[in-house]
Amino acid sequence: MASFNLTINNKPHSIDVDPQMPLLWAIRDFVGLKGTKFGCGISQCGACTVHLDGNPIRSCSYPISAAVGKKITTIEGISEDLSHPVQQAWIEMQVPQCGYCQSGQIMAAVALLKKNPKPKDTDIDVAMRNNICRCGTYQRVRTAIHRASEIIAAEPKKAF
Amino acid sequence: MRATEKINRRSFLRMTGLTGTAFILGIYATANKNGNTIVNMSGGIEESSSLTPYIMIEKNGQITIMNPRPEMGQGTFQSLPGIIAEELEVSMDQILIKQTSGEKAYGRQVSGGSNSVRGQYMILRKAGAAGREMLIMSAADNWKVPVEECYAENGKVFHRSSGKSLTYGELAEAAAKLDVPKEPKLKDPKDFKIIGKSAARPDIKLKVGGKAVFGIDVEVPGMVYASVERCPVFGAKLLDFDDSATRKIKGVLQVVKAERVVFGKTHYDGVAVVAENYWAALQGRKALKIKWDYQGYDKFNSEEYEQSLRELAKTDGFTVHNAGDFDKAYAESESKLEAFYETPMVSHSTMEPMNCVAHWKEGDMIEVWASSQGPSLIKDELNRTLGVSQDNIKVNIMFNGGGFGRRLQSDFASEAASISKAVGKPVKVIWTREDDTQLGPFRPMTFSAMKGALSPDGKAIAFQHKVISPSLGAVRNTNYDKTKPDNSMIEGISEQKYEFPNMKNHYVYSEFHIPISAWRSVTSSTLAFAHECFIDEMAVKAKKDPLQFRLDMLTKESDTKKVLTRVKELSGWDKPLPKGRGRGVAQYEFFAGLCAQVVEVTYKPGGAIKIDKVYAVIDLGTVVNPDNTKAQVEGGVVMGIVAAVKDGIRFKNGQSIQTNFHNNRMLRIDEMPEVIVDIIADGGPTIKGVGEPGLPPLAPALCNAIYAATGKRIRRLPVDLNKV
Repeated sequence: MASFNLTINNKPHSIDVDPQMPLLWAIRDFVGLKGTKFGCGISQCGACTVHLDGNPIRSCSYPISAAVGKKITTIEGISEDLSHPVQQAWIEMQVPQCGYCQSGQIMAAVALLKKNPKPKDTDIDVAMRNNICRCGTYQRVRTAIHRASEIIAAEPKKAF
Repeated sequence: MRATEKINRRSFLRMTGLTGTAFILGIYATANKNGNTIVNMSGGIEESSSLTPYIMIEKNGQITIMNPRPEMGQGTFQSLPGIIAEELEVSMDQILIKQTSGEKAYGRQVSGGSNSVRGQYMILRKAGAAGREMLIMSAADNWKVPVEECYAENGKVFHRSSGKSLTYGELAEAAAKLDVPKEPKLKDPKDFKIIGKSAARPDIKLKVGGKAVFGIDVEVPGMVYASVERCPVFGAKLLDFDDSATRKIKGVLQVVKAERVVFGKTHYDGVAVVAENYWAALQGRKALKIKWDYQGYDKFNSEEYEQSLRELAKTDGFTVHNAGDFDKAYAESESKLEAFYETPMVSHSTMEPMNCVAHWKEGDMIEVWASSQGPSLIKDELNRTLGVSQDNIKVNIMFNGGGFGRRLQSDFASEAASISKAVGKPVKVIWTREDDTQLGPFRPMTFSAMKGALSPDGKAIAFQHKVISPSLGAVRNTNYDKTKPDNSMIEGISEQKYEFPNMKNHYVYSEFHIPISAWRSVTSSTLAFAHECFIDEMAVKAKKDPLQFRLDMLTKESDTKKVLTRVKELSGWDKPLPKGRGRGVAQYEFFAGLCAQVVEVTYKPGGAIKIDKVYAVIDLGTVVNPDNTKAQVEGGVVMGIVAAVKDGIRFKNGQSIQTNFHNNRMLRIDEMPEVIVDIIADGGPTIKGVGEPGLPPLAPALCNAIYAATGKRIRRLPVDLNKV
């Protein structure tokens, strides 16, 4: 056991746990942010995707000790009011079905658009293929990413 | 309503979570299925299992509509309350939707069989319409004007000439005192504002913000966590376990024996590690040393079982359908064919793994928080497995992170409840993905022996579909009668609309010890593959276009003819495709509904097939939410592709070879074809289902397309698209 200082959604948290505990369980069960989901535990499905310094990682296989000093962002941290262009597009296109994988899908899409605000279909394939959706929302995920790209382009001065 | 059966108003309000005066409308389901009546429950309700208070309007203006079917992504959270809201004249953003949780008062609550909308469409409309009429009546009384001069809109009643209005909240107290109209006037569908209009689903905002609460997200005070080691070899018994290393792991609290009971009859041993947090429970579980007695079940292999099915195919089993004289027509035909089709077992693999929070409280009261397709089913299961009275069980239904039939089983709930009893605390049990993948229940395989005969001019004159499979009924029912065929295993094979003059179908039962269960679209998901691919084979032998060959067998008007005709237009069927590309068609009608699909594929050099496009036509009669219907068909197509081309579940040495998403692969976005969905909603007399019909036609349409592109006939699934 050891104490770890984490910065999650710009807030400091101090957690006393096993250094090998995956970040996922720290976020969910110690910080209490339940939007990040457990899907597979082996970095195969992406339901647990969060950002570490803006890059998407699979928190189910990322030891908490390695996240210290980094800026962690979860689904709860991308906007307070669903105003992020990706969230707006997701609502507009009615993307989720069961919704369980969608936090991960959205976090992957946010990271993609940050690096590449106008992704082509092949860019979407590469960035999003780590996220499984069992309900089969992929067609809408793709459409919504293109739509989010338009929303971002329409508000060039705003930082997302 | 007998006075003695009334519960007092206060306890009713407590149950429904309301405060203060309220106008409450419910549905009284009489024994006669068509005899549902709407009742005013504002003064308290009869303590009966068949009273369902659906609409509650409080004085403060709060309008609550209950959703009696758990939401698992299929859209009931919008569609069912939306039907009521339509007739009540309120918009979706004026209402609070609450999920029922198995309370007796709401009757049986199960999401399954694509039945939620089609099963309740009229009674929900009537409930909403009755509420609207009562609110209008109370406003007319208030203003001392004729009812005809008033109308309802957007949560208010208006007086037409003066323009004055009262809100539903203001009218609630007066409306609560009125008698319920016996035959409330339903709206003319042309005036619908919600039904048929692609309303936004209210759960989507929650899901986009990470705020939707799934079963796995529930926390209750004093809760501990558990992970259970269960033997992946079905039928193994626990001999002994050593938990000395487990107990040394910080955070581990207790190690207790657990028992998983499937369908109330098959018991599987387990060892539960209970800990302060889930990670500690997992580490503790890894440190367990368990001795299992496999009882010979470790000798079980899929390969041998499948061979036994092929052997069984030589027997006739039950004759389940016999029209005309198949034997004669087949024997006399000079143009006949036969083929054998095989499908795999598959997993449900909901993205949210099985989990449950359970609290066994003093006095043998159980409270459960779960992602489940049926709170009523959880109550049944806890009652039959743990012997606790249904009245002592409280179930809280959360959003389901996928269902697909898996969450019709409540094995995870009774196991969690018994662990809670053993440790005396509320406990959250989370299955790992490995548990979820390996422990089933699974979709069963079906094998099909097909025979067909053609007349000299290429008409289908004889057809036979023989199903060889384990039985869902045998697994589910303790008193399964092996002397009768299991109708759930021959779903739809004798009911397609094709006009075969001679058809004789069979079912051959095979014993199976692996737990199997309904999986989205149940047995149609496998039988359609054999049925509709073989019809393609017949068309090829008859040297006819496969779609025209089907239409030629549909001389009478039918919904099947309609969907095939529409998908022909939609897909541009008659327009030739370049070399290396191919298209295939299939349809399947079964208990849930009807969908036809055309799949287009490209054959890439080296043997790989790419699925380019899927055209789907779903026949509904009436559509409540077109956009959600499209989403469901898109999802059915994806699930159909996974079952057709990915790994499936195979057993070796008694256990599933597939363990997690690396070897039980799912479709990913880069493999996603374009899906174009068309809905037929021509107001026919019956409403058909939305959730399942999009699935069965996919595999046959895909394999028929592969044949068209390559000349290679796929008769065994899964097919590896990289090695066709």
